[in-house]
Amino acid sequence: MRDMIKMLLVLTILATLSGWVLAAIRDNTKDRIENQVLEFVKGPAIRSILEEATNDPIIDRFQLKDGDMERTFFVGVMDGAPRAVTFETSGKGYGGDVGLMVGIDVTDNQIMGVGVTTHGETPGMGAKAKTDPSFVAQFRELPLKGPVKVTGDGGSINAISGATITSRAVCSATNDALQIYEKLKPQLTEKLKEFNK
Amino acid sequence: MARSIVQEFTKGLWDEVPPFRLVLGLCPVLAVTKSVENGIGMGVATTFVLVCSNVLVSMLRKVIPAKVRIACFIIIIATFVTVVELVMQAFAYPLFLKLGIFIPLIVVNCIVLGRSEAFASKNGMFRSLLDGLGIGIGFTLSLSALAAVRELLGTGDLTIWEKPIQVFGPSYQPFSFMVEAPGAFVALGLMLCLMNLVGKK
Repeated sequence: MRDMIKMLLVLTILATLSGWVLAAIRDNTKDRIENQVLEFVKGPAIRSILEEATNDPIIDRFQLKDGDMERTFFVGVMDGAPRAVTFETSGKGYGGDVGLMVGIDVTDNQIMGVGVTTHGETPGMGAKAKTDPSFVAQFRELPLKGPVKVTGDGGSINAISGATITSRAVCSATNDALQIYEKLKPQLTEKLKEFNK
Repeated sequence: MARSIVQEFTKGLWDEVPPFRLVLGLCPVLAVTKSVENGIGMGVATTFVLVCSNVLVSMLRKVIPAKVRIACFIIIIATFVTVVELVMQAFAYPLFLKLGIFIPLIVVNCIVLGRSEAFASKNGMFRSLLDGLGIGIGFTLSLSALAAVRELLGTGDLTIWEKPIQVFGPSYQPFSFMVEAPGAFVALGLMLCLMNLVGKK
Protein backbone atom coordinates (compact mmCIF):
# COMPACT_ATOMS: atom_id res chain seq x y z
CA MET A 1 0.00 0.00 0.00
CA ARG A 2 2.79 2.40 0.93
CA ASP A 3 4.52 1.60 -2.37
CA MET A 4 1.36 2.35 -4.22
CA ILE A 5 0.99 5.77 -2.63
CA LYS A 6 4.63 6.56 -3.22
CA MET A 7 4.37 5.64 -6.88
CA LEU A 8 1.34 7.83 -7.32
CA LEU A 9 2.91 10.68 -5.45
CA VAL A 10 6.22 10.65 -7.31
CA LEU A 11 4.62 10.43 -10.74
CA THR A 12 2.09 13.14 -9.95
CA ILE A 13 4.71 15.52 -8.62
CA LEU A 14 7.03 14.89 -11.56
CA ALA A 15 4.27 15.40 -14.12
CA THR A 16 3.05 18.56 -12.39
CA LEU A 17 6.52 20.05 -12.19
CA SER A 18 7.16 19.19 -15.82
CA GLY A 19 3.90 20.83 -16.88
CA TRP A 20 4.70 23.90 -14.86
CA VAL A 21 8.22 24.29 -16.28
CA LEU A 22 7.02 23.80 -19.86
CA ALA A 23 4.17 26.27 -19.46
CA ALA A 24 6.60 28.86 -18.17
CA ILE A 25 9.00 28.35 -21.06
CA ARG A 26 6.19 28.38 -23.58
CA ASP A 27 4.88 31.64 -22.22
CA ASN A 28 8.29 33.21 -22.50
CA THR A 29 9.03 32.04 -26.03
CA LYS A 30 5.56 32.40 -27.53
CA ASP A 31 6.00 35.86 -29.06
CA ARG A 32 9.44 35.07 -30.36
CA ILE A 33 8.27 31.87 -32.00
CA GLU A 34 5.36 33.68 -33.62
CA ASN A 35 7.77 36.26 -35.01
CA GLN A 36 10.14 33.57 -36.24
CA VAL A 37 7.35 31.74 -38.03
CA LEU A 38 6.26 34.97 -39.70
CA GLU A 39 9.84 35.83 -40.56
CA PHE A 40 10.82 32.53 -42.12
CA VAL A 41 7.55 31.23 -43.57
CA LYS A 42 5.79 34.39 -44.68
CA GLY A 43 8.71 36.85 -44.46
CA PRO A 44 10.41 36.09 -47.78
CA ALA A 45 7.16 36.58 -49.71
CA ILE A 46 6.25 39.77 -47.82
CA ARG A 47 9.69 41.28 -48.30
CA SER A 48 9.81 40.48 -52.00
CA ILE A 49 6.47 42.24 -52.50
CA LEU A 50 7.27 45.24 -50.31
CA GLU A 51 10.87 45.56 -51.50
CA GLU A 52 10.88 49.34 -51.33
CA ALA A 53 9.23 49.62 -47.92
CA THR A 54 11.12 51.73 -45.41
CA ASN A 55 9.51 50.06 -42.40
CA ASP A 56 9.55 46.46 -41.21
CA PRO A 57 6.22 45.06 -42.44
CA ILE A 58 6.42 42.13 -40.03
CA ILE A 59 6.54 44.43 -37.02
CA ASP A 60 3.92 46.81 -38.48
CA ARG A 61 1.15 44.29 -38.65
CA PHE A 62 -2.42 44.37 -37.40
CA GLN A 63 -5.41 42.10 -37.37
CA LEU A 64 -8.91 42.69 -38.63
CA LYS A 65 -12.03 40.61 -38.29
CA ASP A 66 -13.32 39.12 -41.55
CA GLY A 67 -16.51 37.31 -40.60
CA ASP A 68 -15.40 34.75 -37.98
CA MET A 69 -11.80 34.90 -39.15
CA GLU A 70 -8.95 37.03 -37.94
CA ARG A 71 -6.76 38.14 -40.80
CA THR A 72 -3.29 39.56 -40.36
CA PHE A 73 -2.28 42.50 -42.52
CA PHE A 74 1.28 43.64 -43.09
CA VAL A 75 1.78 47.30 -43.92
CA GLY A 76 4.40 48.65 -46.29
CA VAL A 77 5.34 52.28 -45.69
CA MET A 78 6.96 54.05 -48.64
CA ASP A 79 7.96 57.72 -48.76
CA GLY A 80 6.56 58.24 -45.28
CA ALA A 81 3.04 57.10 -46.12
CA PRO A 82 1.38 53.69 -45.93
CA ARG A 83 1.45 52.54 -49.52
CA ALA A 84 0.52 48.87 -49.48
CA VAL A 85 -1.02 46.09 -47.42
CA THR A 86 -0.22 42.43 -47.86
CA PHE A 87 -2.18 39.53 -46.48
CA GLU A 88 -2.43 35.82 -47.04
CA THR A 89 -5.07 33.79 -48.85
CA SER A 90 -5.01 30.32 -50.30
CA GLY A 91 -6.16 28.37 -53.34
CA LYS A 92 -6.60 24.66 -54.01
CA GLY A 93 -3.48 23.36 -55.69
CA TYR A 94 -2.39 19.96 -56.93
CA GLY A 95 -0.99 18.91 -53.56
CA GLY A 96 -3.21 20.73 -51.08
CA ASP A 97 -3.60 24.41 -50.35
CA VAL A 98 -1.25 26.91 -51.91
CA GLY A 99 -0.72 29.81 -49.52
CA LEU A 100 -0.35 33.12 -51.28
CA MET A 101 0.73 36.49 -49.93
CA VAL A 102 -0.98 39.24 -51.90
CA GLY A 103 0.18 42.83 -51.80
CA ILE A 104 -2.25 45.60 -52.70
CA ASP A 105 -1.10 49.07 -53.61
CA VAL A 106 -3.69 51.27 -51.91
CA THR A 107 -2.53 54.49 -53.56
CA ASP A 108 -2.53 53.35 -57.19
CA ASN A 109 -5.28 50.78 -56.67
CA GLN A 110 -3.47 47.88 -58.25
CA ILE A 111 -1.79 44.66 -57.24
CA MET A 112 1.71 45.38 -55.98
CA GLY A 113 2.81 41.77 -56.18
CA VAL A 114 2.12 38.26 -54.98
CA GLY A 115 4.33 35.56 -53.49
CA VAL A 116 3.77 31.91 -52.60
CA THR A 117 4.35 31.08 -48.92
CA THR A 118 3.45 27.45 -48.27
CA HIS A 119 2.61 24.72 -50.75
CA GLY A 120 2.79 20.99 -51.41
CA GLU A 121 3.26 21.16 -55.18
CA THR A 122 5.53 18.91 -57.24
CA PRO A 123 9.17 20.04 -57.20
CA GLY A 124 10.25 21.25 -60.62
CA MET A 125 6.64 21.63 -61.78
CA GLY A 126 4.08 23.39 -59.58
CA ALA A 127 6.75 24.35 -57.08
CA LYS A 128 8.03 26.80 -59.70
CA ALA A 129 5.22 29.09 -58.59
CA LYS A 130 7.45 29.77 -55.59
CA THR A 131 10.93 29.32 -57.07
CA ASP A 132 10.53 30.97 -60.46
CA PRO A 133 10.06 34.73 -59.98
CA SER A 134 8.93 35.29 -63.58
CA PHE A 135 5.57 33.60 -62.91
CA VAL A 136 4.49 35.77 -59.97
CA ALA A 137 5.97 38.82 -61.69
CA GLN A 138 3.02 38.67 -64.11
CA PHE A 139 0.67 39.67 -61.29
CA ARG A 140 2.42 42.95 -60.69
CA GLU A 141 0.42 46.09 -61.43
CA LEU A 142 -2.74 44.22 -62.42
CA PRO A 143 -5.89 46.29 -61.76
CA LEU A 144 -7.99 45.45 -58.72
CA LYS A 145 -11.13 44.84 -60.77
CA GLY A 146 -10.18 41.25 -61.53
CA PRO A 147 -10.86 38.48 -61.96
CA VAL A 148 -7.32 37.26 -62.65
CA LYS A 149 -7.23 34.23 -64.97
CA VAL A 150 -4.71 32.12 -66.84
CA THR A 151 -4.62 32.49 -70.64
CA GLY A 152 -6.37 29.14 -71.12
CA ASP A 153 -9.38 30.48 -69.21
CA GLY A 154 -9.40 33.73 -71.14
CA GLY A 155 -7.16 35.73 -68.84
CA SER A 156 -3.72 37.29 -69.11
CA ILE A 157 -1.55 35.07 -66.93
CA ASN A 158 0.73 32.59 -68.69
CA ALA A 159 0.41 29.35 -66.71
CA ILE A 160 3.53 27.47 -65.64
CA SER A 161 3.95 24.74 -68.24
CA GLY A 162 2.78 21.41 -66.85
CA ALA A 163 1.27 23.05 -63.79
CA THR A 164 -2.04 24.59 -64.83
CA ILE A 165 -3.71 23.53 -61.58
CA THR A 166 -1.09 25.34 -59.52
CA SER A 167 -1.33 28.41 -61.73
CA ARG A 168 -5.11 28.41 -61.33
CA ALA A 169 -4.71 28.06 -57.56
CA VAL A 170 -2.54 31.17 -57.48
CA CYS A 171 -5.10 33.04 -59.60
CA SER A 172 -8.03 32.01 -57.42
CA ALA A 173 -6.11 32.97 -54.27
CA THR A 174 -5.45 36.37 -55.83
CA ASN A 175 -9.14 36.78 -56.67
CA ASP A 176 -10.08 35.86 -53.09
CA ALA A 177 -7.67 38.49 -51.89
CA LEU A 178 -9.21 41.12 -54.16
CA GLN A 179 -12.67 40.32 -52.79
CA ILE A 180 -11.46 40.45 -49.21
CA TYR A 181 -9.82 43.78 -49.89
CA GLU A 182 -13.02 45.21 -51.38
CA LYS A 183 -14.97 43.99 -48.37
CA LEU A 184 -12.60 45.28 -45.71
CA LYS A 185 -11.55 48.45 -47.52
CA PRO A 186 -13.29 50.93 -45.16
CA GLN A 187 -11.75 49.36 -42.04
CA LEU A 188 -8.36 49.04 -43.74
CA THR A 189 -8.28 52.67 -44.81
CA GLU A 190 -9.13 53.67 -41.24
CA LYS A 191 -6.35 51.48 -39.84
CA LEU A 192 -3.77 52.63 -42.37
CA LYS A 193 -4.17 56.24 -41.28
CA GLU A 194 -2.34 55.31 -38.09
CA PHE A 195 0.80 54.68 -40.11
CA ASN A 196 0.92 58.19 -41.56
CA LYS A 197 3.98 59.98 -40.32
CA MET B 1 34.87 -3.06 -13.47
CA ALA B 2 35.26 0.35 -11.97
CA ARG B 3 36.12 3.17 -14.30
CA SER B 4 38.00 6.32 -13.46
CA ILE B 5 36.14 9.60 -13.77
CA VAL B 6 38.00 10.49 -16.95
CA GLN B 7 37.07 7.16 -18.48
CA GLU B 8 33.38 7.82 -17.81
CA PHE B 9 33.70 10.73 -20.18
CA THR B 10 35.99 9.28 -22.81
CA LYS B 11 34.17 5.98 -23.22
CA GLY B 12 31.41 7.81 -25.10
CA LEU B 13 33.91 9.09 -27.63
CA TRP B 14 35.22 5.72 -28.80
CA ASP B 15 34.50 2.54 -26.82
CA GLU B 16 30.76 3.12 -26.56
CA VAL B 17 30.15 5.72 -29.26
CA PRO B 18 26.40 5.29 -29.85
CA PRO B 19 25.73 4.77 -33.57
CA PHE B 20 28.89 2.82 -34.33
CA ARG B 21 29.64 0.77 -31.24
CA LEU B 22 26.29 0.45 -29.50
CA VAL B 23 24.47 0.70 -32.87
CA LEU B 24 21.66 2.55 -31.11
CA GLY B 25 19.53 5.50 -32.11
CA LEU B 26 19.89 4.90 -35.82
CA CYS B 27 16.67 6.62 -36.87
CA PRO B 28 17.98 10.19 -36.57
CA VAL B 29 21.44 9.05 -37.63
CA LEU B 30 20.15 7.90 -40.99
CA ALA B 31 17.56 10.60 -41.47
CA VAL B 32 19.19 13.91 -40.62
CA THR B 33 22.74 13.39 -41.86
CA LYS B 34 22.12 15.03 -45.22
CA SER B 35 24.27 17.98 -44.30
CA VAL B 36 26.90 18.63 -41.67
CA GLU B 37 24.85 21.48 -40.26
CA ASN B 38 21.84 19.23 -39.62
CA GLY B 39 24.11 16.62 -38.06
CA ILE B 40 25.62 19.10 -35.63
CA GLY B 41 22.20 20.61 -34.76
CA MET B 42 20.69 17.22 -34.03
CA GLY B 43 23.77 16.16 -32.06
CA VAL B 44 23.73 19.26 -29.87
CA ALA B 45 20.00 18.91 -29.18
CA THR B 46 20.43 15.28 -28.20
CA THR B 47 23.46 16.08 -26.04
CA PHE B 48 21.48 18.68 -24.12
CA VAL B 49 18.66 16.23 -23.47
CA LEU B 50 21.10 13.46 -22.52
CA VAL B 51 23.05 15.57 -20.05
CA CYS B 52 19.99 17.13 -18.40
CA SER B 53 18.01 13.90 -18.13
CA ASN B 54 21.04 11.97 -16.89
CA VAL B 55 21.68 14.52 -14.14
CA LEU B 56 18.04 14.70 -13.07
CA VAL B 57 17.50 10.96 -13.15
CA SER B 58 20.61 10.41 -11.09
CA MET B 59 19.51 13.08 -8.58
CA LEU B 60 16.11 11.46 -8.21
CA ARG B 61 17.27 7.85 -8.40
CA LYS B 62 16.60 7.19 -4.71
CA VAL B 63 13.16 8.78 -4.83
CA ILE B 64 11.81 7.12 -7.96
CA PRO B 65 10.10 3.80 -7.17
CA ALA B 66 11.48 0.94 -9.27
CA LYS B 67 8.10 -0.06 -10.65
CA VAL B 68 7.37 3.25 -12.32
CA ARG B 69 10.93 4.23 -13.15
CA ILE B 70 10.48 4.05 -16.93
CA ALA B 71 7.42 6.31 -16.77
CA CYS B 72 9.37 8.79 -14.64
CA PHE B 73 12.36 8.73 -17.00
CA ILE B 74 10.10 9.36 -19.98
CA ILE B 75 8.45 12.34 -18.25
CA ILE B 76 11.87 13.81 -17.53
CA ILE B 77 13.18 13.16 -21.04
CA ALA B 78 10.03 14.44 -22.74
CA THR B 79 10.19 17.64 -20.70
CA PHE B 80 13.72 18.40 -21.83
CA VAL B 81 12.92 17.51 -25.44
CA THR B 82 10.04 19.97 -25.41
CA VAL B 83 12.35 22.59 -23.93
CA VAL B 84 14.80 22.01 -26.81
CA GLU B 85 11.97 22.16 -29.32
CA LEU B 86 10.63 25.47 -28.02
CA VAL B 87 14.06 27.05 -27.70
CA MET B 88 15.05 25.93 -31.18
CA GLN B 89 11.85 27.36 -32.64
CA ALA B 90 12.47 30.64 -30.89
CA PHE B 91 16.15 31.04 -31.72
CA ALA B 92 17.07 28.79 -34.65
CA TYR B 93 13.92 28.47 -36.71
CA PRO B 94 15.59 27.54 -40.04
CA LEU B 95 17.33 24.63 -38.33
CA PHE B 96 14.04 23.59 -36.74
CA LEU B 97 12.41 23.56 -40.18
CA LYS B 98 15.10 21.22 -41.47
CA LEU B 99 15.15 18.82 -38.53
CA GLY B 100 11.37 18.90 -38.24
CA ILE B 101 9.83 15.80 -36.71
CA PHE B 102 13.19 14.40 -35.58
CA ILE B 103 13.44 16.83 -32.68
CA PRO B 104 10.29 15.56 -30.89
CA LEU B 105 11.45 12.04 -31.75
CA ILE B 106 14.45 12.43 -29.43
CA VAL B 107 12.00 11.34 -26.72
CA VAL B 108 12.00 7.82 -28.09
CA ASN B 109 15.69 7.76 -28.95
CA CYS B 110 16.95 4.66 -27.19
CA ILE B 111 20.31 6.23 -26.43
CA VAL B 112 18.68 8.71 -24.06
CA LEU B 113 16.42 6.25 -22.27
CA GLY B 114 19.21 3.69 -22.38
CA ARG B 115 21.63 5.96 -20.53
CA SER B 116 19.01 6.84 -17.90
CA GLU B 117 18.15 3.21 -17.30
CA ALA B 118 21.58 1.64 -17.59
CA PHE B 119 23.75 4.35 -16.11
CA ALA B 120 22.17 7.36 -14.42
CA SER B 121 19.77 5.34 -12.27
CA LYS B 122 22.72 3.50 -10.74
CA ASN B 123 25.43 6.15 -10.52
CA GLY B 124 26.09 9.48 -8.85
CA MET B 125 25.31 12.85 -10.33
CA PHE B 126 28.79 13.85 -11.40
CA ARG B 127 29.51 10.57 -13.13
CA SER B 128 26.13 10.70 -14.86
CA LEU B 129 26.88 14.19 -16.08
CA LEU B 130 30.19 13.06 -17.57
CA ASP B 131 28.57 9.97 -19.04
CA GLY B 132 25.84 12.05 -20.73
CA LEU B 133 28.36 14.58 -21.97
CA GLY B 134 30.68 11.90 -23.36
CA ILE B 135 27.94 9.93 -25.10
CA GLY B 136 26.38 13.15 -26.38
CA ILE B 137 29.61 14.49 -27.83
CA GLY B 138 30.36 11.07 -29.31
CA PHE B 139 26.91 11.08 -30.90
CA THR B 140 27.41 14.59 -32.29
CA LEU B 141 30.80 13.70 -33.73
CA SER B 142 29.45 10.51 -35.31
CA LEU B 143 26.55 12.39 -36.88
CA SER B 144 28.88 15.09 -38.19
CA ALA B 145 31.34 12.56 -39.58
CA LEU B 146 28.63 10.56 -41.32
CA ALA B 147 27.00 13.75 -42.60
CA ALA B 148 30.35 15.03 -43.86
CA VAL B 149 30.96 11.85 -45.86
CA ARG B 150 27.47 11.89 -47.33
CA GLU B 151 27.37 15.58 -48.12
CA LEU B 152 30.86 15.66 -49.55
CA LEU B 153 30.24 12.78 -51.93
CA GLY B 154 26.61 13.63 -52.58
CA THR B 155 26.93 17.33 -53.34
CA GLY B 156 30.62 18.21 -53.24
CA ASP B 157 29.92 20.84 -50.58
CA LEU B 158 30.08 21.09 -46.81
CA THR B 159 27.41 23.22 -45.18
CA ILE B 160 28.21 24.95 -41.92
CA TRP B 161 26.05 27.83 -40.68
CA GLU B 162 24.02 27.99 -43.87
CA LYS B 163 27.11 28.64 -45.99
CA PRO B 164 27.98 25.79 -48.36
CA ILE B 165 31.71 25.48 -48.87
CA GLN B 166 32.70 23.96 -52.18
CA VAL B 167 35.35 21.41 -51.41
CA PHE B 168 35.77 19.61 -54.70
CA GLY B 169 35.32 22.69 -56.86
CA PRO B 170 32.63 23.47 -59.42
CA SER B 171 33.64 20.71 -61.85
CA TYR B 172 32.67 17.94 -59.40
CA GLN B 173 29.76 15.83 -60.58
CA PRO B 174 27.61 15.18 -57.46
CA PHE B 175 27.06 11.54 -56.60
CA SER B 176 23.58 12.34 -55.35
CA PHE B 177 22.84 8.75 -54.33
CA MET B 178 24.73 9.50 -51.11
CA VAL B 179 22.30 12.17 -49.91
CA GLU B 180 19.29 9.95 -50.65
CA ALA B 181 18.00 7.58 -47.98
CA PRO B 182 19.68 4.40 -49.31
CA GLY B 183 23.00 6.24 -49.38
CA ALA B 184 22.68 6.68 -45.62
CA PHE B 185 22.68 2.92 -45.09
CA VAL B 186 25.65 2.43 -47.38
CA ALA B 187 27.63 5.23 -45.73
CA LEU B 188 26.77 3.95 -42.24
CA GLY B 189 27.76 0.41 -43.23
CA LEU B 190 31.09 1.53 -44.63
CA MET B 191 31.84 3.62 -41.55
CA LEU B 192 30.94 0.75 -39.22
CA CYS B 193 33.26 -1.46 -41.23
CA LEU B 194 36.05 1.08 -40.98
CA MET B 195 35.53 1.53 -37.23
CA ASN B 196 35.68 -2.22 -36.68
CA LEU B 197 38.79 -2.53 -38.81
CA VAL B 198 40.59 0.20 -36.86
CA GLY B 199 39.35 -1.02 -33.49
CA LYS B 200 40.26 -4.66 -34.07
CA LYS B 201 42.71 -5.99 -31.55
